[in-house]
Amino acid sequence: MDKNKIIKSENIRRSANLPDYETALATFSWSAAHDVLDFMPGGALNIAHEAIDKHLILGQGEKIALRWIAKTGERTEFTYEELAHLTNKFANVLQAQGIKKGDRVYSLLGRKPELFIAALGTLKAGCVFCPLFSAFGPEPIKARMEIGGANALITSASLYRRKVKGIRAELPSLRNVFLIDGEAEGTNLLTDLMDTASDEFSTVPMKPEDMALLHFTSGTTGRPKGVVHVHEAVVAHHVTGRFALDLRPTDTYWCTADPGWVTGTSYGIIAPLVIGVTMIVDEADFDPARWYSILETEGVNVWYTAPTAIRMLMKAGRDMPTGHEFPHLRFMASVGEPLNPEAVVWGNEVFGQPFHDNWWQTETGGIMIANYASMDVKPGSMGKPLPGITAGILNVTPTDVQELTEPLAIGELALRPGWPSMMRAYLHEEARYNKCFRGGWYLSGDLAMRDSDGYYWFVGRSDDVIKSAGHLIGPFEVESALLEHPAVAEVAVVGLPDETAGEIVKAYVALKPGYQAKDGLRLDLLGHARKRLGPAVAPKEIVFRKNLPKTRSGKIMRRLLKARELGLPEGDISTLESDEQ
Amino acid sequence: MKPAEIQIALKEELHRIAPDIEVTEIDPAADLREEFDIDSIDFLTLVTALGKRFDLAMPEADYAHMGTFNDLLTYLVGSLHK
Repeated sequence: MDKNKIIKSENIRRSANLPDYETALATFSWSAAHDVLDFMPGGALNIAHEAIDKHLILGQGEKIALRWIAKTGERTEFTYEELAHLTNKFANVLQAQGIKKGDRVYSLLGRKPELFIAALGTLKAGCVFCPLFSAFGPEPIKARMEIGGANALITSASLYRRKVKGIRAELPSLRNVFLIDGEAEGTNLLTDLMDTASDEFSTVPMKPEDMALLHFTSGTTGRPKGVVHVHEAVVAHHVTGRFALDLRPTDTYWCTADPGWVTGTSYGIIAPLVIGVTMIVDEADFDPARWYSILETEGVNVWYTAPTAIRMLMKAGRDMPTGHEFPHLRFMASVGEPLNPEAVVWGNEVFGQPFHDNWWQTETGGIMIANYASMDVKPGSMGKPLPGITAGILNVTPTDVQELTEPLAIGELALRPGWPSMMRAYLHEEARYNKCFRGGWYLSGDLAMRDSDGYYWFVGRSDDVIKSAGHLIGPFEVESALLEHPAVAEVAVVGLPDETAGEIVKAYVALKPGYQAKDGLRLDLLGHARKRLGPAVAPKEIVFRKNLPKTRSGKIMRRLLKARELGLPEGDISTLESDEQ
Repeated sequence: MKPAEIQIALKEELHRIAPDIEVTEIDPAADLREEFDIDSIDFLTLVTALGKRFDLAMPEADYAHMGTFNDLLTYLVGSLHK
């Protein structure tokens, strides 16, 4: 397990934001982390104040906050002052349209400057920001807007036409739709409203426990869960950005996460701006040659990316980075799913430094376990808990938990609640929220182990949730969409290992009488699923079965399908009543 | 292979990945991934399938020439007539 351990030099250790892990563990306190923020008069707090307005007060308004690279390669820069004015305008637009404090403002956008302006302008106005992934289809979008009670949406004309227009009538709470680049009935063109809005606005003072962000995640069963985060979370965004990403105000920073997921908000918007870095945002989709060129020409110092992207870069070959030099690159981190040891070692060979894997979830709001700049890296390990975070490995029974303290014992990864960016609720789902806590621990749903040096290692999921390209997909959501097809009698969806994406979604379908298991129908089902769910959630593979394995109570045994597919032991099949055919 | 045959083959492979999208309804000069609503995993699957079908190496370094339906078609026609 310690094979290939990557040892950090004394120089690198000393210059890190967190030079000595053990010392930080002993001296860290959340109240001290709280006190370094600026705050508004009277102890009020607003994430947008910390991310933007504070820098103007400190005389840093001229600094570049955001350098946006369009698909064409054209670059547009926004200073902190320009971002302040644009977010003020957006907050004024919201107020003028009757959007009030506490209302829910959603975004459905790719990496566009408007996304950043909307996110921070929404927070300034005291509204709740909820980003959606633009690769969702209409069904996931509708479910997330219904659950969160969306009041306003900012999107593009094309996304609106393809994904929202058809479900608009079913979303009565959605009063305003702002389009960034076109017109449609029942929408407003944002540029028109922004042009006439004032660029002055007094950021709404919020209480630390006021809701700021709503992010959706998936469980095995039921609808998506709306994870509630509050303004106080910024305390954790700030400190984890400094410790786990080694971010400094002088840095040029590139976070490649899609803005529709929690990483895109916590570490793609909030943490870097609060720290005061210059962010690089690339509109284009993944393209290895383009990525090497951005890393080099933009002089990226800190790079936060994901295993799927790293494995695609590896696949593109060692010749591609040849000729590029990365003298400015100081720290590389990865999140989304466990980074395989080969990828960590590959990074060390190509960039002269390893990727630093870290672990967290939508629910934790910020990085919880990480590999630090000052700490030796054991490739394949997620690292050690952040200062201020207590992690444990638990044996979980239906009524109780016991902490497993012996090295390499496998159990559920759990955290002691109480850090600032911990979720405050699953919206309207108190019972589901309460189920996450037992015996004074937050249960992550991930299985892990801890070695004798205190490094944590991911083992697997304790449930049937699928992790594809770093994103959680609930099998139930996919199965429900497929069941709407007239040919489908029953369906089970599982995640199968994939060398690039970690896991891919595969669906097993049993047809109703009268339907033939033919390729044409398979494509029809795939099209049906993609139309409803979008490419990020729809299955990549569909196969037909005459019957799916079920328990006596009629529950389809996804685990059994997966075990058989992978040639693994079938485990306990005593409840199996009706087998796969 | 004639360009028209290559075009049909390209349409077929796209149909296998995104059967919900009618090729007649897309803008062949616009962003391929956006027009067909495909993610980077789908794109990789498409390139692999095309490479296999035409017995062609389609290296990642050439992705910049595959940005639109027209670009990809031109790239395939050019590569197959080298």
